Amino acid sequence: MSASRTRRVRAFTSAALGLSLALTVAACGGTTQDSNEDEGGGGDEPAATADAGGEFETGLSIAMLPKSVNNPYFDASSEGAEAAVGELEGEYEYTGPSDTAASSQVSYINTLSQQAADVILLSANDPNALCSSLEQARAAGTSVVTFDSDVDPSCRDAFVSQVDGAEVGRTLIEMMSEQIGGEGQIAILSATANATNQNAWIAVIEEELANNPDYANVELVATVYGDDEDEKSFQETQGLLQANPELKGIISPTTVGIAAAARYLQGSEYKGQIALTGLGTPNQMREFVKDGTVTEFALWDPTALGELAAYAGAAVASGIITGAEGDTFTAGELGEYTVGADGVIILGPPTRFNADNIDDFDF
Amino acid sequence: MSTETAPDRVADRPQSGRLRSSRMVGWDGAVVVVTALFIVIAALTVEHFGTSRNAGFLILDLAPVLLLALPMTLIIVTGEIDLSVASTVGLTSSAMGVMWNNGLPLETIMPLCVVIGAVLGAVNGIFVTALGLPSLAVTIGTLALYRGLAFVLLGDTAVADFPRDFTGWTIGDLGASSIPNVLIPMLVIAGLFAAVLHATPTGRAIVATGANATAASFAGIPVGRVKFWLYVTSGAVAGLVGVFWTLRYSSARADNAAGLELTVVAAVLLGGVSIFGGKGTLPGVLAGVVLLTSLQNALRLADVSTEALTVVTGSLLIVSVLAPNVVTAVRTTLSRRRARLRMTPTS
Amino acid sequence: MTLVARPTDSAPTTRTGSTLLDAVLRFRALGLLIALVAMVAATAAVNSRFVSQQSIRDILLGAAITILLAVGMTVVVLTRGIDLSVGSVLGLSAYVTADFLQVNPGTPVPVAMLLGLAIGAGCGLVNGAVIHFGKVPALVATLGTLYVFRGIVYFVAGGSRINASDMPRGFLDFGTDRVLGIPYLIIVSLVVVVLAGVFLSRYRAGRDMYALGSSPEAAKLAGIPAGRRLLTAYVLCGALAGLGGVLHAARFGTVDASAGSGMELNVVAAVVVGGVAIFGGSGTVFGAALGALLLTVISNALPVLSVDQFWQQAIVGALILGAIGLDRFVGLRVSASLRRKDSHVD
Repeated sequence: MSASRTRRVRAFTSAALGLSLALTVAACGGTTQDSNEDEGGGGDEPAATADAGGEFETGLSIAMLPKSVNNPYFDASSEGAEAAVGELEGEYEYTGPSDTAASSQVSYINTLSQQAADVILLSANDPNALCSSLEQARAAGTSVVTFDSDVDPSCRDAFVSQVDGAEVGRTLIEMMSEQIGGEGQIAILSATANATNQNAWIAVIEEELANNPDYANVELVATVYGDDEDEKSFQETQGLLQANPELKGIISPTTVGIAAAARYLQGSEYKGQIALTGLGTPNQMREFVKDGTVTEFALWDPTALGELAAYAGAAVASGIITGAEGDTFTAGELGEYTVGADGVIILGPPTRFNADNIDDFDF
Repeated sequence: MSTETAPDRVADRPQSGRLRSSRMVGWDGAVVVVTALFIVIAALTVEHFGTSRNAGFLILDLAPVLLLALPMTLIIVTGEIDLSVASTVGLTSSAMGVMWNNGLPLETIMPLCVVIGAVLGAVNGIFVTALGLPSLAVTIGTLALYRGLAFVLLGDTAVADFPRDFTGWTIGDLGASSIPNVLIPMLVIAGLFAAVLHATPTGRAIVATGANATAASFAGIPVGRVKFWLYVTSGAVAGLVGVFWTLRYSSARADNAAGLELTVVAAVLLGGVSIFGGKGTLPGVLAGVVLLTSLQNALRLADVSTEALTVVTGSLLIVSVLAPNVVTAVRTTLSRRRARLRMTPTS
Repeated sequence: MTLVARPTDSAPTTRTGSTLLDAVLRFRALGLLIALVAMVAATAAVNSRFVSQQSIRDILLGAAITILLAVGMTVVVLTRGIDLSVGSVLGLSAYVTADFLQVNPGTPVPVAMLLGLAIGAGCGLVNGAVIHFGKVPALVATLGTLYVFRGIVYFVAGGSRINASDMPRGFLDFGTDRVLGIPYLIIVSLVVVVLAGVFLSRYRAGRDMYALGSSPEAAKLAGIPAGRRLLTAYVLCGALAGLGGVLHAARFGTVDASAGSGMELNVVAAVVVGGVAIFGGSGTVFGAALGALLLTVISNALPVLSVDQFWQQAIVGALILGAIGLDRFVGLRVSASLRRKDSHVD
């Protein structure tokens, strides 16, 4: 009995091995990363030419798929998009997973392309994992416009960026330098280590620190990741302050991180001693700005971002733009926008919030 | 698990063998019928559900759950559990990314991933059988450990430059048909498991182990070895799923398949497998997997919100165990009453 | 594991004839303490700020909520059960309480705590009822309610988040203020640990939990009202998770639908590391609290030691495996020496 058992299990294992090998049928010879260099791309053939002066079609079905649905930031974006879709007399839907796994978003993309949505407005959880399903959706006639967080440029028609990445980085380091008087150690509390946006901004900050003489006396001593979780960000802030006794300031380029760090500083002996700035929403940060924990922070308007994304999506679906550089379209009250390199459309410069203006905003 | 509940089981089951087996067949059959009915109704009422394209998506979505559910069924039938499967998927996916980054050919990487999975499963097996530790605690431990190691290996980065030949095949269809490429291998593996559980001495040994481990070992069944190899198999299948997951989403990430163990356990229990071990059938489990994933798919197509999906999954899990209990309780009451009617009023 | 059964409390009043058992259990708590001290000392050697007043307060604050949940989990695990829904219960309670405070800013803190306790107790009652009356195994039932309760939080919260500025000042101060240098949250946790410790060792209902976990049949034969005790255990566990939710809201000042997600793993880890046998019948809330503290110290020490934070989860996993392995080892040794002494094992 036991012998047969063992043999059978071995048979299983080898069957499994065989099957995984069968996956290789499509390719012959060893497939390594090197032999793969020239792969990728594809799919982004400039379709029809843009009809720049064209009208928006009415009756478009436009769906917004955020990173996750239980996030106030995307709720605000959705409001903007819904308003824009209302203007365009289209049908609007807001749907998505409750967790931030890339695989969950794939199911929702498949569902939307099944439902033959004309436009998907997507904030991607992973730059690559969504590509194949996006390609299928586009092949079935759905236009894909990403906003907030991009995918590989070959898998979407256009990307609506909240701001010029370089400008965010420069604004962040400028605010920090102002608050610590131009010298001292600083640290960064980011979201996850592979968050595309945050890493791009951090790269700009590092470059500025290295090359801009204004920041010659500012030193970046650590970058930690709070994974966009309150508790984790809290702990990482504690760790930063303990590991770096000379620390003067923290930059947190993520709305969850800055709120958690502010909350920690507010209840600790470091309140007022450590400068904190970054990207946060006025509603989250109002408390901390009023009691002096935080002097100034920045963000763009997520509602306007959603609105612009909806107009851009409708423009693609109506053939007004194709996503090629130089195409222009009018996004309702937001005005006229031009598509930049790689199909990127930029909303505008970030807004800075401080005690003087924070009460003018509600998001 | 088994040791935890064995005495209860004996105490809770004074019924005859006939009643027990009829209850089992009843639940399995019920799930199969309900699944079939559900699919027909959904195809008629939910727009886009019945299309061949949706069927393709559905099969891709359920493939990892189905594959992981196969060894999980056997393990639960022996009265144990393996909560580390999704973390094993994550760890093999990470390992796949690291090996690919180091220039290994995919043809070598893929079988290696299955081997890595088997080794991870063997670690579970050793803890459970050689050291005699409770599988629930062990696999909660390795759930955290393997997921943690996945992050240690690959950090928060993603490896995404896998060749299109492979990723395309994984999500592609057979020729011009709309049957996904993965369907046939998946059915073959499922068939193998079903054959082993229902038509071989090994399968009978597995059921006997779960029904009563002490009796089984007196009957000459090497209980420990059976369980050990089941964990190895579970790990190997999880490794295979790790390869599938990575190629399907063209992305090797440490957080791949996070939380999937709950769906797998839910599907297995929904399919009528007893968490106490000793009974369960693979057709039931297959129906459970299909019911769970197609229900989620249909709800999404019907624009039902995410929160409802979460509640439905949880409720189904509870109901799948609660319902047979209620049915048994009702039957017992009825048969007692009938017996009382037949006999004289004095008990 | 049930060998180390009934007289497990390290409270001196429950000393039994067997000094050996006492020694083993002391050894266990001692081992935890040694690990704690070693961890703190090693970290402090690298960075003396780790033992500053602020840092110690941070660690204790961080542990406070996990300790609460670990106490509840201990009671459930003692009866051979498990409650995987605690993270979702915490989330539900945190959101509903914060939302209530947003609408009624005048609510005193104790009322908020009672509200959280009540929400948690309600969830616990659902768990207990499904497990006891429905005869659904605890693992399955609470895995199900993990989804269900979380779904309800999503439903209630939607995409909204309650920010610090929406909650009354007094409530937020409760999250950070302290008496004699000790934050309120820590005091709440310590009070709960002591009360639960007394309940389990001195009260009949508490001691019945050990009996139920050691041998359900024997307990039933001995006339212990198993159903009532099980319900008590789950209601208690839920209520403490609910209280944890209130503390969570007060401490972080931001609550959204995902509060407490995945927390069950840490709580189970704390309980297991704290020496509570996963098969019931053995363990103390003090051990569980020490376990929670150890895990918090480790996760706080990693950034200070500049250890890659990705190791954290792997370490938690390794600790769980190490702890149950150690228990097994100790259990075998104890039973062997008991057999030698020819004394009763059960």
